[in-house]
Amino acid sequence: MAYGRAVPGSVQSIERAAAILQVVAGSGGTLGVTDIAEAVGLAKTTAHSLLRTLLQVGFVAQDPATGRYSLGSALLRLGSALDANELRARASNWADALAARSGHAVRLATLSGDEVVVVHHVFRPDDSAQLLEVGTALPPGCALGKVLRAHSHPHTGSRSGTRSAATGTELAEVRARGWAADRAEHQPGVGGIAAPVRGAGGLVVAALGISGAQSALFDVRGVPRPLVLSMVTDAAHAVSRELGSPGA
Amino acid sequence: MVAVRQREHRQHFPRPGWVEHDPMEIWANTQRTAAQVLADVPATGEVMALGIANQRETTVVWDRDTGRPVTRALVWQDTRTDELVTALAARPDAALVAERSGMAIAGYFSGPRLRWILDHVPRARERAEAGQLLFGTMETWLIWNLTGGPDGGVHVTDVTNASRTLLMDVRSCRWDPDLLAFFDVPAAMLPEIRPSVGVLGTATALSPALPITGALGDQQAALFGQTCFAPGEAKCTYGTGSFLLQNTGTELVRTRSGSISTVAYQLAGEPVHYALEGSVAVAGALVQWLRDGLGLISSAAEVETLARTVGDNGGCYVVPAFSGLLAPHWRGEARGLVAGLTSYVTKGHLARAALEATGWQTRDVVQAMAADSGLSLPALRVDGGMTTNNLLMQFVADALDTPVVRPMVGETVSLGAAYAAGLAVGLWSDVEALRRNWHRAAQWTPSPARAQALDAEYPTWERAVRLSIAWGAP
Repeated sequence: MAYGRAVPGSVQSIERAAAILQVVAGSGGTLGVTDIAEAVGLAKTTAHSLLRTLLQVGFVAQDPATGRYSLGSALLRLGSALDANELRARASNWADALAARSGHAVRLATLSGDEVVVVHHVFRPDDSAQLLEVGTALPPGCALGKVLRAHSHPHTGSRSGTRSAATGTELAEVRARGWAADRAEHQPGVGGIAAPVRGAGGLVVAALGISGAQSALFDVRGVPRPLVLSMVTDAAHAVSRELGSPGA
Repeated sequence: MVAVRQREHRQHFPRPGWVEHDPMEIWANTQRTAAQVLADVPATGEVMALGIANQRETTVVWDRDTGRPVTRALVWQDTRTDELVTALAARPDAALVAERSGMAIAGYFSGPRLRWILDHVPRARERAEAGQLLFGTMETWLIWNLTGGPDGGVHVTDVTNASRTLLMDVRSCRWDPDLLAFFDVPAAMLPEIRPSVGVLGTATALSPALPITGALGDQQAALFGQTCFAPGEAKCTYGTGSFLLQNTGTELVRTRSGSISTVAYQLAGEPVHYALEGSVAVAGALVQWLRDGLGLISSAAEVETLARTVGDNGGCYVVPAFSGLLAPHWRGEARGLVAGLTSYVTKGHLARAALEATGWQTRDVVQAMAADSGLSLPALRVDGGMTTNNLLMQFVADALDTPVVRPMVGETVSLGAAYAAGLAVGLWSDVEALRRNWHRAAQWTPSPARAQALDAEYPTWERAVRLSIAWGAP
């Protein structure tokens, strides 16, 4: 079967990529680029560039020793939400580093229905008594909640239907700039900064953030302190990379 | 943490039960990663010292002139010495080993492996007796190479690694002539025993003036990295297996209950600090088996998700005695079992029972240690991959009725080696300064009701363990 010519109305590169995935899936990891190109009737260079893109998004994996291709973990995870415990395990080192560097408590949260649920929690590193909050729900208007709601799919979040115009504007801003702030909006004197964590498909799967004294996180005008902000966005970026997010 | 470089090396499994590493590959990888880290650090002059932590009990024998190993390294999981160990343990004078070394004869330690090499590698014994061959655990091999190899390499071992050979008198911390005679090992091939913290040599292979000032076995390094410097303080590392070490201070504690007396660390010019150790062969490896052997989960972390689909173990117990049981039972013949199966039991119960097995095994070793040392456990410091499993960590806290705490830096093994090296060159003034670096990242507090319920359930677990031993030795 050759996929050299596109069926009218279809996108050729997607059609070719799908054919490559079928060949890779059927081969059990035994084929290199030449075999794959031959099997789908493409020039080797074309097959190679398609495979490279599939590799980047995690839909195929390549054995570093033999160069042969197999289905990637991102493809295998399609159709099932990222496991919360898996998420914690993959984020743990970066969350620890963020807490150690910033001196603030770190939380990783996901949306469960409408609820913002803590998946991972690292204590503020001052050895004071603190309770592990894993599994508890946070107010939707906290920084983590803003990030998650800004990126939630309209069909999956009923809250989106009842958003006020002001909230809608704020969430659009969060989406555009890549972080959210909570300027002591829920607890007097305590603020938060959070950034999105993207999964293998590039979708936002969680939010990572810190919380601490309002004055430590923001200047008097409410602008996040640049060093603190970059720590949060860098850590969220690192976790995204760990999860195989294509852009990270 | 400023820079991290890591590189996996190959595992060789030439026969069932045999596990080998290529010492030349490990040396090449060490040179390469160390050079990369030195390049990663903005000003190389800021690297003041080098510390080493290594897998313990892995045994290397090499030629002092060529620097070539006579065979691949025999790794700590290697079980080829089982027959030799059984024969040695049956000798009338075998009690000497536990009396002098602090540990009962077992294939787990490096002495029997060294003996195996001397017996099986052609001409090894004669060349060893002539002073041509050198023995070492992995830190000895690396230090010898780092300090020049055949060209003036320093042949030393750190006292914690030496304590795992069965050849060292655990009180004097010297090679014991009677133990050497017992295992028939020539003294000429043994490295000089040195403190864990202090100058060991200069790593000329990396940099003209970089001193090597710290070396510890990996579990002792984790104890050091967790800053367990006071008697009673303990850590447990949950990896493939689990390793619980409790500092017992400068007095050696004689074990009767199945834990090991081992050296915790020694600062140059100071007395040796001892620890009790409970080594459990299978912890995370059981979760890997659920993933790879049974296909119940697709990643290790998902075991918690599966376990949380049920509220309890449904009467199911898993004893993961895949290759016998280590501490506190030391029954090599035991084999794994799943007990209490009914048609009610689901894969969720199985996942929960698997996690509980790790918690129960922690309780087994903690109880043995408490019986030996009389020290109470104020809190258990944990590290390793399984500490992201909240269900397991809470179970451990409840099963021990003791708070479980996780530090901010999870890489406690590397951290311990760095602490040892830095302490020796004055980067930190003393161990109290290191203590101030330790911060709590999470704590699991026991629930009194759960602790009471698990206390009542513990005899059921003990019964399952007895069954697994009986199954292996009908």
